Amino acid sequence: MEVKIKSMKHEDFKDNEYIDNLVEQLRAGGTNIVVGKLDQLINWGISNSLWPFCFGTSCCAIEFMCLGAARYDMARYGFEVARNSPRQADYIMCQGTITYRMAPVLKRLYEQMAEPKYVIACGGCAVSGGPFKNSYCVVKGIDEIIPVDVYVPGCPPRPEAFFYGLMQLQRKIKVQKYFGGVNRKEKLDEKALNAE
Amino acid sequence: MADIKEQIAAMCPEAQFDETGELLLILVPDAQWHALAVNLKEQLGFDYLTAVVGMDWKTSLGCYYYLTNSATQQMLHVRVETEDRECPLLHSVSDVWSVANFQEREVYDFYGIAFIGHPDMRRFFLRNDWVGHPLRKDYDASDEVNPLRLTDEQNEDDTCRWVEGADGKVTCVKGKTFEDDEYVINVGPQHPSTHGVMRYRVSLDGEMVRKVDVVSGYIHRGIEKLCENLTFPQTLLYTERMDYMSAMQNRHCLCLCIEKALGIEVPRRAELIRLMMDELMRLSSHLLSYGCLTMDQGATTAFFYGFRDRELIYDIFDKTCGARMSMSYQTIGGVVADVHPDFIADVRHACDVIEKNLKEYHQLFTGNVIARNRMVGVGLLSREQALDYAITGPSGRASGVSCDVRKKHPYSLYDEFEFDEVTRTEGDSMARYMVRMDEMVQSIKILRQACDKLEQEPGNEYIAKVPKLIKLPAGHWYQQVEASRGAFGVYIEADLESKPFQKPYRMHFQSPCFNLVGVVDLTCRDNMVADLITITASIDFVIPDIDR
Repeated sequence: MEVKIKSMKHEDFKDNEYIDNLVEQLRAGGTNIVVGKLDQLINWGISNSLWPFCFGTSCCAIEFMCLGAARYDMARYGFEVARNSPRQADYIMCQGTITYRMAPVLKRLYEQMAEPKYVIACGGCAVSGGPFKNSYCVVKGIDEIIPVDVYVPGCPPRPEAFFYGLMQLQRKIKVQKYFGGVNRKEKLDEKALNAE
Repeated sequence: MADIKEQIAAMCPEAQFDETGELLLILVPDAQWHALAVNLKEQLGFDYLTAVVGMDWKTSLGCYYYLTNSATQQMLHVRVETEDRECPLLHSVSDVWSVANFQEREVYDFYGIAFIGHPDMRRFFLRNDWVGHPLRKDYDASDEVNPLRLTDEQNEDDTCRWVEGADGKVTCVKGKTFEDDEYVINVGPQHPSTHGVMRYRVSLDGEMVRKVDVVSGYIHRGIEKLCENLTFPQTLLYTERMDYMSAMQNRHCLCLCIEKALGIEVPRRAELIRLMMDELMRLSSHLLSYGCLTMDQGATTAFFYGFRDRELIYDIFDKTCGARMSMSYQTIGGVVADVHPDFIADVRHACDVIEKNLKEYHQLFTGNVIARNRMVGVGLLSREQALDYAITGPSGRASGVSCDVRKKHPYSLYDEFEFDEVTRTEGDSMARYMVRMDEMVQSIKILRQACDKLEQEPGNEYIAKVPKLIKLPAGHWYQQVEASRGAFGVYIEADLESKPFQKPYRMHFQSPCFNLVGVVDLTCRDNMVADLITITASIDFVIPDIDR
């Protein structure tokens, strides 16, 4: 199945294979028509009005500001309502190095966000520690602390790269099972099964 | 020089002198250091503490203090050391030069040297529960000692002041940062208006700020320690990631310092290109500063205007260097490649556009009644305070301190250019803002002259002949440049042991923003809590530059 988003054509993405696999996995058991249609509606809504929570610690934050300014204008795709409270945001955009002192703060802010929530790691530092990998107090990639949906490499990434990453997130949201699996509470026996 | 030596020898007979380096070095025993510091400041006019460099010489721990006489611009440095590694103690000079307050806290954090008489001996960059002092040569960097802790850090309110008794015995006097009955609110570290990850703990009386406790280190990445494990050309990359808004100037500074040590003469064309890049970066930085200051006061349109013009400069960088930020363009001996064929035309175009738009900015924002009410007379910093806290750059010049390194210690080709040092005397937020706006006009003036020179002058050599393996002779060097936010300094000490790739024994970056954050408490005190945001925006620091 082709995953369509408004901002960019399917064939323009360079890595369609992974999303095709993802869709195949998700649809393997078939989907209930009612739940499926509701999912589509909700995912259409979420993916077209993603509100970022800016977590800019260093250089990448400046490029993110350029993204918000006139030339790149991320408002075109529904990303513009940058929130400063984790309660109001859909995804956390981690731009910059996370140090040992900052790590508990990042984790706490992530936990304060309301579901469904997504994480984008922007720039070499957030992806893997980047040039500061060997330092005594730098976290080697934020995926050590919180789960990450999209990685945007670069030091700092160009605004075009930011957009590419954001659109990847839109695609992932387009295929998520909102009612089907993601948000469903685990039953007790399932929990025990998963724990094993 | 001889004159100064005699005067110092008269003040402190124990002092020894060393004139082999680039600057006069004075070696003082710790016991006489504080008395000499007072005399140096009051009698010889060394009123400006440029840098404090903590050092671990393996046999001893200590500091270099770089001092400048603000009237004559004469510089010297003092070495103070202690051989006790278990419980190293030195005398504090934070009562002589206030800037030493934070500088000595940094040294304490990195080397564990406690300063006698320092009012507030806490860590500055690392977590309160950190084990060890990372810049010591015998530091154990393994993850078992300092694992990634996800527990919240407790506020450290207990301060310690080391006091020397009459019998020479040093005791610790406990104190509190905030009293129990004070109303303390927390700002940051994740706050849009702190311009990065800075955290303040603010004591309030109603809406008035009574005290600000700066908690820094949320983006401390240990750059100085990382440099010790890299070769000299490799260390260049970190300079662009400290103050990313003065990336070019910072890199220029480190290149100049290494070239000074090696005695390399840079081709004129390369130096001219570097100078132009520096000024473009300054324009870009001041435009960003304008955008952020206006946005903090609610003028979002002005922010868009500032960023619109910055894109012009980004395009120039993009064409020549291949990147919008973190350009990695300057290198030891020159620049990595010649400029793009369109470079001169693009710079001229950008100058014309920005010059025209600056008038628009003034109409839009400078005269605005809200902007004036929030900036005129707010956040006062007097000339004496600015000198005491070693404030440089636009913020220092807004308080009437003439401190432009381009004029005072001319480097590169700045002495051939015609431009004015912009100074004001009011010392409030408005003056700091206006100095930046006027400096942009001066930068445009420099750029236009440089364009003419670049066109007319023959030669297309953009890099000097540099040895493949960079090896510095024994010694230490200090170099300053005027970055976007003030005097940026680099200290290098060469290590002669590591072969064949030589690494620095110690590299210290004296960032202007580190000094700027020292006056947050001073300028915000007795202002409204809402003005905390505008004052810090007008002081304009970049947090990764503070924390390094």
